[in-house]
Amino acid sequence: MEKIKSLADLKKMQGDLRAKMELREKSNHPDSLIQVKVAMATCGIASGAKEVMEVFVEEFSKRNIEAVVTQTGCMGYCYAEPTVEITKPGCDPVTFGYVDVKKASKLIDKYILNNELVDGIIPVNYASIDKK
Amino acid sequence: MAQIKYHILVCGGTGCRASQSEDILKNFQELIIDKGLGTEVQVVKTGCFGFCEKGPIVKMMPDNTFYTKVSPADCEEILNEHIIKGRKVTRLLYTDPETKEQVSDSKHMEFYKKQIRIALRNCGFINPENIEEYIGRDGYQALGKVLTELTPDATIDIIKKSGLRGRGGGGFPTGLKWEITRKVKADQKYVICNADEGDPGAFMDRSVLEGDPHSVLEAMAINGYCTGASKGLVYIRAEYPLAVERLKIAMRQAREFGLLGQNIMGTGFNFDVEIRYGAGAFVCGEETALIHSMEGKRGEPTVKPPFPSESGYLGKPSNVNNVETYANIPVIIIKGAEWFSAIGTEKSKGTKVFALAGKINNVGLIEVPMGITLREVIYEIGGGIKNDKKFKAVQTGGPSGGMLTEKHLDTPIDYDNLIAAGSMMGSGGMIVMDEDDCMVSMAKFYLQFTVEESCGKCSPCRIGNKRLFEILEKVTKGQGTLEDLDKLKNLSNVIKDTSLCGLGQTSPNPVLSSLMNFPDEYNEHVVSKKCRAGSCKSLMQYIIDPDNCIGCTLCARNCPVNAISGERKQPHIIDQEKCIKCGACMEKCKFNAIHIN
Ligand SMILES: Cc1cc2nc3c(=O)[nH]c(=O)nc-3n(C[C@H](O)[C@H](O)[C@H](O)COP(=O)(O)O)c2cc1C
Ligand code: SF4
Ligand code: SF4
Repeated sequence: MEKIKSLADLKKMQGDLRAKMELREKSNHPDSLIQVKVAMATCGIASGAKEVMEVFVEEFSKRNIEAVVTQTGCMGYCYAEPTVEITKPGCDPVTFGYVDVKKASKLIDKYILNNELVDGIIPVNYASIDKK
Repeated sequence: MAQIKYHILVCGGTGCRASQSEDILKNFQELIIDKGLGTEVQVVKTGCFGFCEKGPIVKMMPDNTFYTKVSPADCEEILNEHIIKGRKVTRLLYTDPETKEQVSDSKHMEFYKKQIRIALRNCGFINPENIEEYIGRDGYQALGKVLTELTPDATIDIIKKSGLRGRGGGGFPTGLKWEITRKVKADQKYVICNADEGDPGAFMDRSVLEGDPHSVLEAMAINGYCTGASKGLVYIRAEYPLAVERLKIAMRQAREFGLLGQNIMGTGFNFDVEIRYGAGAFVCGEETALIHSMEGKRGEPTVKPPFPSESGYLGKPSNVNNVETYANIPVIIIKGAEWFSAIGTEKSKGTKVFALAGKINNVGLIEVPMGITLREVIYEIGGGIKNDKKFKAVQTGGPSGGMLTEKHLDTPIDYDNLIAAGSMMGSGGMIVMDEDDCMVSMAKFYLQFTVEESCGKCSPCRIGNKRLFEILEKVTKGQGTLEDLDKLKNLSNVIKDTSLCGLGQTSPNPVLSSLMNFPDEYNEHVVSKKCRAGSCKSLMQYIIDPDNCIGCTLCARNCPVNAISGERKQPHIIDQEKCIKCGACMEKCKFNAIHIN
């Protein structure tokens, strides 16, 4: 183990180590971050939800976007899988259907970063399965 | 490449370990490899989450799902359902006792809603055995900051302005203590951490050391810089093996990283820490006794002044602070005095950690802002009284504190209000009592503790407390008189006024406060020889109802002391002189003929 020889050393080390804690750090204040929930029940996984989740996780970390990606069970829109629910701080959740890998990137570019809506919104008399 | 998407936090505190959290951890680790999830899921052993009542706890990040009472056999299901299929394992979720609804994540649990975690900021969040996680969360930044940017005086000034007061019981202003230690000139000074924690039922300090040992080490080093000490000593009871173990690991890692030892962060500042073991005597938590014990002498208090800050360990100036007090320091340095002093009441700033215990639904460890009311703590965070019984009292401050009652439920909790109410903050034990608890017996229980723990050096405490105990015993046996109640009060005041150390000066508090708050209960014991809580055995009688008794002789044959007599087919009778109140007869009687009076 190389010793820490200065405050600069410590700060550098912290920078590296913080990334490892980030996932936990973020979930400490989920309401102030963009939240993305990917429906990952059998129907979702069969239609590629896992890969979609991967895209969100990787893009967010690549582009330094503060967001929490979680998965939920079936949201009940099996016909439109994979579905993704995005909640921006202070906004109501919006659910998008037919999200494949390409559309996931589009969602990040348009909806998340520029607030433009993207087609495939699942209209709601909305009830999310886990409101809590 | 796949990224880590989940952290599974498993509580590794003493409570949860006692219920197999080690096996849970092992199972997760093995299953994750079996299922090829190693690149996506990380398992972390953390310190206590505080929700010990429902342990072992497993927390899923980033969604904060909070699984309670998890067993090693549940690991597979959690991985299959939660991680792979994205469904919560509902049977392991916490059910709110009020609404009967399941709560899926910790952010929505009443238990956590009103808590503010400063001293416990890392407990249940980081792996205490890995210094890298501490560093990743701003660890040792405060030390770095004071060493490179602040003078000792400027640092002490921050602590003074923050309003932090000692969490070990007395509530002495921490910054002021540091300043006093700094001003005394000496060739060697010591930084002492009081981790004795002798208050029965308390485990705040243990949890901090088990869950976040580096925060204490960092704060001790900061204190060393401020006061001019290069040596730190942690006085900890040997009965805390896990805390000792984690502290040792932390010390070793900090040395490896160059954060303890010579020339820390290239600033020329030297500081290192040693552990000293206590044998678990309550009086050794008192700072002068603690110092004598560390010097290898008898653990007896001596008169103050001189205070340890002037003349302590080996006669050198020694700054003694409590574990929790230290744990607050690094955050105060990083976030500033104003941030800290915005929390709390006028004269009590910040938060306090309490160990909730007794007849309360959510037994556990909580950290709440000063100024919160007992009602919020008991009914919201604590989830109310067990089995829907009626709240009667809560003892704060352990054996040195007093009983607070219904009329104090809305009093903001802080140092001064608790003293005004006849109790004290103490180190943070909070024992909740319900209608089945007899207040005289509770006072007796605490007195018994003090009598056993008194060091015997001075007579008011050694003899006085023994007499108090004897009078209380008389009262609980139904042999007390009204005169005895007066004696209790007078003797208590004499002991308080004339004892040498804090132990004797506070030991009559449970007696005085219960006398003050529950005079009727004392009167009933001595006048009508009744215990309304039904807990004083001597005051209850087993009685056979002659109308129901058919004379089957079953009770008489089961009584271990032959207290029951009577002819076959005739109603039986219990000789109250002989009866030892074991209850065996009542249990056996098939005709419901035996009652308690
Ligand atoms: C009988 C008795 C027991 C005590 N036990 C403890 C203890 O277990 N832990 C502790 O920190 N302080 C304990 N104290 C208080 C210490 O004497 C001392 O005031 C404290 O450690 C100072 O630290 P603080 O200012 O950070 O609270 C006890 C005091 C008395 C009189
Ligand atoms: S008050 Fe009690 S514990 Fe303290 S010195 Fe006297 S005898 Fe010992
Ligand atoms: S309570 Fe026990 S001792 Fe008393 S009469 Fe019944 S069996 Fe005998």
